[in-house]
Formats: sequence, C-alpha cells, structure tokens
Amino acid sequence: MTLGHNTLVVLAGCALLGLAAGTVGAFALLRGRALVADAVGHAALPGVVLAALLTATFGGDPRSLPPLLAGAALAGALGVVAVQALARTGRIREDAAIAIVLSAFYAAGVALLSYVQTLPAAAQAGLNKFILGQAAAMRAEDVAWAGAVAALALALCLLLFQRLRAACFDPDFARAQGMSTARTDLALLALIVAVTVAGLQAVGLILIVALLVLPAATARLLTFRLPRLLLLSALTGAFCGAAGAAASAVAPDLPTGAAVVLAGAACFALALLFAPERGLIAGAWRAARRRLGAAEAHFLRAAWEAQEAAGAGPGTAGDRWTPIAALAAARGWPPSRAWRLARWLALRDLVALSERQVHLTPKGAAAARRAVRAHRAVEHHLLGLGAADTAGADRLADLVEHGLTPEAAARLLPEPSALPASPHALGERP
Amino acid sequence: MSPGSPAPLEIRGLTVAYGERPVLWDVTWSAPTGLAAIVGPNGAGKSTLIRAALGLVPALSGSARFFGRPLAEVRPRVGYLPQRASVDWDFPATALDVVCMARYPRMRWWGRVPRAEREAALAALAEVGLADLAGRQIGRLSGGQQQRVFLARALAQEADLYLMDEPFAAVDAATEQAIVAVLRRLAAAGRSVVAVHHDLATVPAYFDHVLLLNGRVIAAGPVREAFTPEAVAAAYGGRLNVLEQASVVAGAGA
Repeated sequence: MTLGHNTLVVLAGCALLGLAAGTVGAFALLRGRALVADAVGHAALPGVVLAALLTATFGGDPRSLPPLLAGAALAGALGVVAVQALARTGRIREDAAIAIVLSAFYAAGVALLSYVQTLPAAAQAGLNKFILGQAAAMRAEDVAWAGAVAALALALCLLLFQRLRAACFDPDFARAQGMSTARTDLALLALIVAVTVAGLQAVGLILIVALLVLPAATARLLTFRLPRLLLLSALTGAFCGAAGAAASAVAPDLPTGAAVVLAGAACFALALLFAPERGLIAGAWRAARRRLGAAEAHFLRAAWEAQEAAGAGPGTAGDRWTPIAALAAARGWPPSRAWRLARWLALRDLVALSERQVHLTPKGAAAARRAVRAHRAVEHHLLGLGAADTAGADRLADLVEHGLTPEAAARLLPEPSALPASPHALGERP
Repeated sequence: MSPGSPAPLEIRGLTVAYGERPVLWDVTWSAPTGLAAIVGPNGAGKSTLIRAALGLVPALSGSARFFGRPLAEVRPRVGYLPQRASVDWDFPATALDVVCMARYPRMRWWGRVPRAEREAALAALAEVGLADLAGRQIGRLSGGQQQRVFLARALAQEADLYLMDEPFAAVDAATEQAIVAVLRRLAAAGRSVVAVHHDLATVPAYFDHVLLLNGRVIAAGPVREAFTPEAVAAAYGGRLNVLEQASVVAGAGA
C-alpha cells in the first residue's frame, strides 16, 4: 500500500464524514429517526442517476460531484416527504411507509441505472459505485465536496445542540414553551439528508444508514451524558470512516461501505459485551453477584434460625454445630447446593466447617443477624399491611429483602432495636 | 388577585376529538387564582383539557385564554408539568440538564447554557429537595425523584400559572408531601396551579377549587360547594366504588 496524496485525502475525508455522521446520528437515534436515514439513502439513487443523465445531456462531466449530490439530496428529501405524507394518511404506519418508499425509490433508481448504462455519455460516471461505495475511487475534489457538506452538517448540529436535545427529550414541553419542534425536526431531517448525501460516494447508499446508527448506538452503551455521547459517537464514526477508507485503499475490490459497516459493527459488538455498566458481561456479572449474595444470606439465616429453633444462640453457652443437611432441608435446597455454599462461606470465613456440620463464625453471626433482621422486617411489614399470610410473607420476603433501598431499609429496620421474632415456626419448609 | 382582573385560565366551548371520538364536549370553565384540581374517571379528558389549552392537541372548536390573552402573548407566564410517563427516562441527561430545559426560552438558540440560567435551574432543584442529585442521570432516580425533577423544571419556568398533569401519580408519601408544600408556597406567592388529580380523598386537603369532568363539565367551583358526593358520583357515572365514596365524604367534612 502506498500512502499517496490522494489516499491521505480520502482517508481524512472519510474520517470527517464519520465525525459528522456520528454526531448527527446520535440525535437521529434519540429522536427515533434511524430508519428515516435508511429511506433517505435508498431514495437518493434515482436522484443520482437522473442528475448524471442531465449533466451528460447538457455536455457536462457526468462524474462531477456537485450535481450528483444535489440530485441525491433532492430525491432523498422527496423520499422523506413521501414517507411523512403516507404516514399522515392514517392508512398505514410509519415503519411500513418507510419500507414502501425506500424500496420503490430504490427500484426506480435501479431501473434508471440499467437504462443510463446503455448510453455512452453517462456510462463512465461510475454510478454503480454509489450503491456500495468505493472511497478509493474518489478524486480529491470529490472529497472536498463531501467533506464540506459533512463539516457544515457537523457545525449546524453542534450549534443546534440545545434545541435538538429539547426536542428529543420532551417535544411536548418544548412546544408548550413556544419552541417550534416542527422546525427542529425539519432541521434534524435536513442534517440527516446532508450527511447521507455526503457519504454516498464513499460508503454507498445501501449502507450509509449504518454510519449514522452504529457509532451512536455504540456511544449510547458507554455513557449517560449527552455531550460525552456526542463526542464518543463522533470519534467512533471517524474511526469507522477512516478504517473503511483504509480498507478500500488496500483492497480496491472491497466495497468501502462494507468495510465501514463492519468496523462499526465490531465497535458496537465490543461495547455491547464489554461496556462497564450497560454491557452484557457486566450485567451478567452483577446478576450472578446478586444471586450469590441472596443465597449467602439465605444460608446464613438458615444457620441462625436453626440455632434459634434449638433454643440457643450464637455466642451463648448452647452454641452448637448444625448439620448442613438440616439447612438444606430448611431451605428446600438439594444437599449438593448447600454443600457448595457452605464451602464458599467457609472460604470467606463466615462459617466454620467440620464433619458435614457448620457453625457461624463471629463475622458470620453478624452477617446472619443482618439477614434475619431484613427478612423479618419485610415479613412483619407485609403482614402489617395485610398483604400476605405468614407463608406468603416468608416467600415474598425471600425475594425482596436483598434489594432494599437505603431509604426503605431505614424505614423498615429502625436501628438500634431488638431482633424481631419470626412470625412463623422455624424449621423445615412445608 | 384584584377583583375584575382576568382569570389565569379561561376555557370557552372547548371540544376535542381523537379521530372521530369526541373526548371533550363543549367545556367551559374558568380557573381562579389559587390551587385548582381537575378530577374525573379514566378517559374523562382531564389531560386532554390541559394539553388542548396549551395547543398540544388540536381543538375542534373553542378557545383557551390565559390571563385574558391568547397563549402566544403570555407564554412566559404559563408553566407546564407533563405526565412523568410521557418521556423516556433512559435519555442521556442529568437532572440539571432536564431542569435547564425550562430556561431555553430565555437563552440564545445556540451555544451553552449560561451560568445565570444554570444557577436558576439549580435553585429550582434545591426547592424540591434534589440539590444533591443535580448531576445524577435521570434514569437512576427513583420514580418520586423523577417527578420532583419535573416539578423543578416547571418551577424553573417561573410562571404565574402552572398546568400540571398528574403531579402526584405513583409517588411515595414523602414526595407527595414535598409536592404539596411546593404547591402551597406557590399559592401563597399569588401563583396559580391547575392540576389533573386522581386521588379523590386528598382533593379537599390539597385544592381550593375543583373541576369535575367526564367528557363534559359535571361540576365546578370551590371544593366546599362543588365537590359533593352527588357530583362525584355523577362524574364517575356510578362506577365509583363504596370505599372511594366513603373517603370523599370523610374528606369533605374535615
């Protein structure tokens, strides 16, 4: 690969395009307009073909980008208008309207394209490249045009930041304040059209929607702050654009659009799996920790209550060892599960383990007392409300006692106070 | 309010339909200065009434005037608290971001939120007891805290009349008391509130005036006169169960 001047220009142009698409895409996603971007892209094809045809007819260079972009923007905007008009008839929902407009415009574009390619004047325009994108085929002047449109969209999007945020979060409130959300929505649509059109040649009209959606969806997984979301989305978009352009330079047969989207999809998949808070792995880890914590609390409480039932208490003269099998029976657990928990709690120094029997350590007894208190506080609260009978209160408390918010715990468990008595007999479950 | 000055909200002959189904039939009502509740069963058009007054849903006929003028002329004097369920609380914004949205009409349309507007938003958050949570993402607030963020946003509008859609919906007792305290402070300062309210038992305690609505006006006036068991029963079309009626009678006598 030779890093010629043209390659560098294309690389920079695609990164700028990604930057703009990531920023505009974040608002498109928040306003629920992602599919509209898809419609714009597909609807642009007949506009591109007609523009090339007209330019060639009037003796111009059919490869010249500005007329093609203008045609694409006009057709894309017409597509959006058609979607809204269809949806407004009330006969059909917006998703179906988008699908109809998108495919109808695209089909018209394909039909026009097959006709135009039989004409010698327009045939060299390389219009096929607009479908899947080929960044490496772009000339420096094309990059300049696309980059200018993208930069304009980016600047407008940042200027409109507050308005767009208000319209995305609570359009009714914005309207009640006298702000025109219709105008803001129109501006957002114009931005989507501009970015889509700017990216047609590099990314291709089929896959350009991904450059708007994937960076924004990736950033959404990584942060809860809008300014940071915009920044992350823009950077991800720039990375995808540059990666696509680089791939296109290395392997000219590889459609740039595919490379851009694959880079974006990889970013999204990584974020989905590994995002610190909203990632699937972090979520599974938290759920597993919660389940283990609940099982620990249940085991410790069973050990405490076994002593209580025997008339003894931890630290008293009657302090005794409890068979694990008895705890398993009290919880309704298979013995193997009780065994695994006993060994885990022994590792954490919460119980002592000897000859299939357990004994609460001082640390374990303190934890067990907390678990018993929480359980009984919830039980008594439910019984006091008349929300359940004793067996039901026991079962419900098992479910909710581990997730008490600090406020709820403070109201249910005023410290210091004696451990409340269990509302039901202790021992084996019915 | 001096006698003779126009009512904060005056609705004349308002009829609204969704599709072909009329929701409000020729509603004429005037909300006086102070705290007024709009009460009625589900589907009675309570939310529709304030949304139509604000121009958020088109009216077939009729008009709403605020302080004797069309809304467009007095918009800064009218605040709005929509239903909490009407927005996506997973939206990437902090409590302060949301309250700042109330100050947008005072700002340029581009650029950052100026310091003065940010301070005003923080003061509104402090007024509802959420000063410490200004930087928290709204999705991580409890339901009651989210409702208080919405209340803070309405307060930050610094209006003379607040239209509130179910301000007490699904909030805990502490939040309910905090909201009531804010409403009383507003009333004491000469501001007015028109709130859609769903808890019949608390109408007499929280509000001075009431509009009983079920598609049309069933009764309206000071709570003491208009909020009678008969009027409530008429508004609820006999669907009112025994327990709710008991609480109405007890409340009215208190």
